[in-house]
Amino acid sequence: MNIHEYQAKALFAQYGIPVAKGAAARAADEFEAALAELDNGPVVVKAQIHAGGRGKGTFTNGYKGGVKMCPDKAAAREAASQMLGNTLVTHQTGPEGKVVKTVFFNAPCDIEKEYYLAILLDRASSQPVIIASTEGGVEIEKVAEETPELITRVTIDPAAGLQSYHKRKIAFGLGLTSKEQLKQMDKLLTGLYKLYWEKDASLAEINPLITTPEGNIIALDAKVGFDDNALYRHEDIRNLRDLDEEDPKEVEAGKYGLSYIALDGNIACLVNGAGLAMATMDIIKHFGGNPANFLDVGGGASEEAVTEAFRIILSDPNVKGILVNIFGGIMSCKTIAKGIIAAAQNVEVKVPLVVRLEGNEVKEGKQLLAESGLNLTPADSLKDAAQKIVGLVEAAASA
Amino acid sequence: MAILVGPETRVVGQGITGNFGSLHARKNIEYGTKYVAAVTPGKGGSRFEEKLPIFNTVHEAVAKEGANTSVIFVPPPFAADSILEAIDAGIELVICITEGIPVRDMAVVKDALRKSSTRLIGPNCPGIMTPGSCNIGIMPGYIAQPGKVGVVSRSGTLTYEAVYQLTQRGHGQSTCIGIGGDPINGTSHTDAVRLFNEDPATEAIIMIGEIGGTAEEEAAAYIKAHVKKPVAAFIAGATAPPGRRMGHAGAIVSGGSGTAEAKIAALKDAGIAVAPTPSDIADTLLEIYKG
Repeated sequence: MNIHEYQAKALFAQYGIPVAKGAAARAADEFEAALAELDNGPVVVKAQIHAGGRGKGTFTNGYKGGVKMCPDKAAAREAASQMLGNTLVTHQTGPEGKVVKTVFFNAPCDIEKEYYLAILLDRASSQPVIIASTEGGVEIEKVAEETPELITRVTIDPAAGLQSYHKRKIAFGLGLTSKEQLKQMDKLLTGLYKLYWEKDASLAEINPLITTPEGNIIALDAKVGFDDNALYRHEDIRNLRDLDEEDPKEVEAGKYGLSYIALDGNIACLVNGAGLAMATMDIIKHFGGNPANFLDVGGGASEEAVTEAFRIILSDPNVKGILVNIFGGIMSCKTIAKGIIAAAQNVEVKVPLVVRLEGNEVKEGKQLLAESGLNLTPADSLKDAAQKIVGLVEAAASA
Repeated sequence: MAILVGPETRVVGQGITGNFGSLHARKNIEYGTKYVAAVTPGKGGSRFEEKLPIFNTVHEAVAKEGANTSVIFVPPPFAADSILEAIDAGIELVICITEGIPVRDMAVVKDALRKSSTRLIGPNCPGIMTPGSCNIGIMPGYIAQPGKVGVVSRSGTLTYEAVYQLTQRGHGQSTCIGIGGDPINGTSHTDAVRLFNEDPATEAIIMIGEIGGTAEEEAAAYIKAHVKKPVAAFIAGATAPPGRRMGHAGAIVSGGSGTAEAKIAALKDAGIAVAPTPSDIADTLLEIYKG
C-alpha cells in the first residue's frame, strides 16, 4: 500500500525527520486555512498523486507542472485551483494520468545540494538496506546504472538493528563530515529506520534529501510504501489508504479474496494460482493475443469466487474473450466445472469462453462442461486453450 | 534416495487442527507420510483424528515422538513465531505453507535460520513431495510418480503443471519442492538445485521461476559452474507490467530488475533449456534428457 507525500511527511515529523512546514487541502474552501499555517512569502504547491515525476508532468487542461514554486499565497491559491480536480500526466502515470484530489502547500527551502536516501528490503540478503547517493532528485535506478560509485549501501542485521557506524558510513558516503551534519544525519537515519521497521514499510524514500545553505538537512520529498501483509497490525496506516488511487476493479476483487490486475489487452484470464496465472498471460501473448488481466482465484476456485471473477472480468469493456485455466489439484474438476457452469449462467457470458481443466477427475469435469449447454469451448492443454481463445477472438473481430 | 524427505521423515504438524491444515494433513497421512505428532497450543493431551498425539509445544513433540520435520499451517500473524519455535526445538526441516507472513517477521526468521542448522522450505509454498514415500503440504499426490527428475518451483499450480506433464509422459520425479512466492524464503532455487545435483537418484532437473528478485540468475550461475545434469527451466511473468505485484508478494519487477527477460537470458547463458510456454516444460527437458 502506498500513501501520499503529505501523509508520509506527517509520519516523518512523528519520527523526528526534518521536513518543511506544510499543510494539505482537499477542496478550494480549504486553501485559506491550509495557507494560514504557513508564513507569508513564497509557497510551493504540490499535487498529491501516487506517482513520481510530478514536477515535469502536464495536466490534461494544459497547465504545466504538478509542483509549482509560487512567489506568494495568492499565486499559490491560483496554482492550487489549477491542479485540484484536474488530471496530471507524468511518465509514471501512463497516458490516462491521475486526478489530483489533494494539494499540499509547503514552505520553500533554499537548496545547497540534493541527495538520495532510502530504506528497503535487500532481497539477496533478506535484510533491510539503506541506499544513499550524492545524486538527488533523479531516479536511483539511473544512478545505479550509470554511476554506481556514487551510491553507498549498508545492510542492517535486523536482530542487532541500526548501529551508529551504519549511520556514519551513510553520512560519510554522502560527503557530510561536519560534526553538526553528522549529528543531524544520525537523528534522521534513526527516525527513518525506526519508521521503516515499526510500521512495516516496504520502502521509505527521500528524494531529494537536501542541505540548505545554513547546513540544515531536510527531507524535501517523502515516499513511503507498506507491506500489505502487515497492515492488519497498523490501524493508523490502514486509515491512510486512498481508494481513489486504486483501480476500482482491483479493490472490488480484493473484497472477494481474488487477486486481479487490469492490463490493456482483450483476452481475460481466470486462473488458480499466481504463477499459473502469470504463465497463462504469457502463453496468450506467445500465440499472438493480448491478456486483459491477471486474475488468481485462489487454490479452491469456488463457485462464489468464479462468479465474482466473471463479473469483474466482464466489467472491462475491452474484453472480447475469456480463458479459464484451472488445475484442480486437491479439489475435483467436477466441483470446479459445476462452479464454472453456475457462474457463467449467473453472469451471462456473451463473449467466447474457452475452458481448460486439468487434474483430479478431469474426465468427469469435462463431461459436465460438455453437457451444460453453455456456449463454451473445451481445451485439452494450456497450449490448446491459448490457441483456441486467440483464434476465436480474432475470428470475432474480423467477422 | 531423493532429497530432504523420505521414509525416515517424522512429521509434526503445527496448526493442523484447523480446517485447512487438517484436510491436508489427512491427505498427507493417506499418502503414507509419517506424521508423529501435532502441535496446537492449549490442545495438548488430546489427539488428532483420535490417533496422533497433540502437544502444546514443538519441543515436546521432538522429545516424546522424535519429530524431525515440521509442517506449518498456522495463520499469518502467528506463523513466524511457529517457525522460530520449530528452529528452537531443533527441527531439521520446516515446511511453512502459510501465505501472507509480513516481510519484517520473515527477516527475523531468516536471521534465526542463519544461526541454526534448520532448513526452511517456504513460506507461501505448496510443500515438498518425494513420490511414493512422503508428501508434506498441499500438493496433490496423484500428479506425481517415483522417478529421477527433480522439480523446484516458486509457484504451486505451475509446479503441478510441470509434474503432471512429466508423469503423463511416463517420467517420474525424485522430489518436487515448492520454495514459495514470497520475497524472503528459506530454501532458494540455488539450494534446491545444489541438493538435486548432489543426489545420485536425481538425473535431471526442472526449475520454474517467476519475475522478481534475482534467485533464478543466481541459480543459473551455480548451474553453469557446477551442474552437469540436464536442466530445463520456465520463467513466468514475461507479460507482467513493471511495479505491480502479481499475486505472489515476491513477484514484482522493480526498477528494471527482476524481469523475465533478464532471467531467461541468464538461464540460456548457463546452457539451460528454457521452455517457450508453460505447456512445453516437460517436453523441453525430454529433448535433452531421455531418461
